Formats: sequence, C-alpha cells, structure tokens
Amino acid sequence: MNADAGTIAMPDTIDEALDAMAANPDLIPVAGATDLFVHWPEHLEAHERSYLDLSHLHELRGITFTEETITLGAGTSYWDVIRDPRFRDELPILVNAARTVGAVQIQTRGTWAGNIANASPAADGVPALMACDATVHLASAARGETTVPLADFYLGYKQMRREPDELITRITLPRRAYDFQYFEKVGARNAQTIAKVGVSMTHAAESGWRIAAASVAPVTLRCRNLEAQLDDEGRPASPDDFESALQADGVAPIDDIRSTAAYRSKVIACIIWHALA
Amino acid sequence: MPQIQLTLNGSPATVDYEPHHRLLDTLRYGLALTGTKEGCGEGECGACTVLIDGRPANSCLVPTYQARGCDVRTVESIPAETLRPLLESGATQCGACTPGVVVTSAWVRSNPELIETHTLRQLMAGNLCRCTGYDGIIDGVQQGLDMDAESRGAKP
Repeated sequence: MNADAGTIAMPDTIDEALDAMAANPDLIPVAGATDLFVHWPEHLEAHERSYLDLSHLHELRGITFTEETITLGAGTSYWDVIRDPRFRDELPILVNAARTVGAVQIQTRGTWAGNIANASPAADGVPALMACDATVHLASAARGETTVPLADFYLGYKQMRREPDELITRITLPRRAYDFQYFEKVGARNAQTIAKVGVSMTHAAESGWRIAAASVAPVTLRCRNLEAQLDDEGRPASPDDFESALQADGVAPIDDIRSTAAYRSKVIACIIWHALA
Repeated sequence: MPQIQLTLNGSPATVDYEPHHRLLDTLRYGLALTGTKEGCGEGECGACTVLIDGRPANSCLVPTYQARGCDVRTVESIPAETLRPLLESGATQCGACTPGVVVTSAWVRSNPELIETHTLRQLMAGNLCRCTGYDGIIDGVQQGLDMDAESRGAKP
C-alpha cells in the first residue's frame, strides 16, 4: 500500500487532470465506473489505488456536428447518443450499439471513451466506432494533443497506445453519406448481455467497406482483408468464402464462459454474409 | 472524513464518504435510506436503481464521490400513489426487485416521450424480477402511463 492508497483526485478542468496524471502516472481515470465498480466490495484491497474522477469535467461533455466531423467529448455517455436525434438520423449504427450495452441504468453512466480505454475485446461501442473510422484524441501535460486512429489503437489484450499520463479527451468521426450501416451483437439474451460475437459494418461510396469484429480476438479487430475482398468481389456465394480473409485479419476466437471458438468462427462469417443479403 | 454535498430527495444534504464508497452503501448505511436494495452488485439486476440528475443509474456502480453536486432521488421520494398500478397489475411478489422497478417505472412515467423510441420492455430491461414473469410489471407501467395521459387530457 502506498501513501496514496485509495485516494481520489477530482479535477475541475482538463488541465488540472493532466497535471495530476503527469505528477502520478499510476492514477486510474474513472468515467462511468460501470466496469470498475463491478463486485467492487469483494476486491477492495486490489482497489486501494489512486483514481482520477472525470465525471464532473464539463470540458469533456458535448457532441458537435460540423460539416465534416462529428465530435464526441470523452464524457459522452451511451444514453447521450441514444437520445440525440442527429445520431438516429445519421449514424443509427452508434445508437444500435449503445442500446445493446447493459440496460438504461448502464447506458446513462457508461461512456464511449471509457469503453475504448477499458479495452475489452467484447466491447460494444468500440467496434461501432471503429466501423465509422473513429479517431482517438489523447492529451498530456508534457506533449499536448496526439491522435490515434481507433483501428490502430490496440496493440494486444488490454494493451493500447495510451501513455500513463495521457487522457482521452474526445473521439472524432468523419461525416459520411453511408449507404449501409449494420450492428449486430450475439449474446445469451437481448438486454444485460456481453457479446459472444459482435460485428459492425459500414459502407460509403467514398470509403468503401469498414468491418470491425468483437469477441473473436484479444482486441476489437478491424477486418481490412475482408473489407478489400468485399470492395473487390462483393458478397460471395457462401459464408465459408470469408474464412481466409477473416483468418488473415486475425480472427482467432477462443473457448470461454460465454461461447466457444467453433461457434464464434461460424457465427461471425454467417452474420456478415446475412448482413450483405 | 471528506464530505460531498448533493441534493437528496429534493433537499440539500452533506454526506461523509471514503474514496471506495459506493453510492448504494452511502444511501443505505450512511443515510439510513434502506429502500434502495443490493441485489447482484454488478449492475445487472437494477434493485439498487436511483435517479441521478433525472436518469436511472445502478447505485452499486456509482462511486459516492461522483454524486457530488448531483440531484439524487431514491425510492423513498416516489409518491406512494404511483405504486397503485403496480400493485393492481401484480407487478410485485417477493419484493426484492420492487424498489428498483418503482424507481425506473416512475422515471418512465416522468418521461413518456421515451415510448416513441423504446418499448416498455426495453426501458424496464435493467430491472430483473424472478417472481412475476415481467408481464405484471409491464402492465403496471403501461397503466401508469395511461393514467397520466388521462389526467393530462382532463386538464383544461
């Protein structure tokens, strides 16, 4: 236990937050806490850490639409997107993804940026954002702002391109006239479930296909080989024809408490194939 | 012990907290508001549902410090007469889930525009009930909405 055990920093501004992170790189940022606090009392000793509460940082709030870009402040919750008619009209993929996260009580607290930083391979928000070519904006006191495409953000299981002194401040998406948006999550039931397999897909004339897959690898995967196959050849005769592209993309599911590798391999190909019907 | 200030059930309140405290425990053991129940402790069952700034949240997943400056409403603040449609429709049996059901139901009734985008089953999906089979709960919320619409229509 260190001297800072079980402390909480509650900054009022992003600058204060970044200074605190620079001074103590062990600080754990807390946004919605919907993952951090699961079974919290059973792990109190492990939680005797130093935290940085982001929930009252007004600078992280807000959603803006400009001609070319949509910006989600890092404090944007799922519910903020669900209730924003601009997303219902323009990016229903994000609304559909948000509506599968837990239930309303989670959607009102959990944030898109927290979903990114939590780095679960079974995330629901991350694949939907990835299929929209999201960019992650990070800030640090020492180096100012940097950006990383979400599709390049993950390096391995729970490994990401965020330095300990960096905070996600916002997420940006290019505005596109998508002619296809698709989100599917296969779980044990509709509400309150974690994905056995997740697929997010978009298509626009300017960008071609974007496909992101969840729960089939140690990270949320962008499936570039499959995108290229679809761009070049369109929908194949059978879902089996996706196999080599998906393998090249790193789809390598495992058996765990929620599903099996065999089921996941079969289902991801079938979902994509049916989505294209 | 450090303190936060919040609005609790409509009145200003100052409460002690430690960094590891959950809002659920602060309500139950710090403030004796034991209507809010702990079920699963993992944000799934909804028995601990409270309203924070007018939105339902699982208080088992909310650090107490995040409630600073917020408007927190617990089941104790829900007017008793709003329970009637839930009672009449058989929405309650053992009672473990009921406080959370009541809070979410009151939120739906305060925000009837939600049914333009959501079904009642979707809105109530965060409140698990192992007794009633849900039909009674959904019927009760619907009856409440119908009563509210009727009383709005009755006003000049």
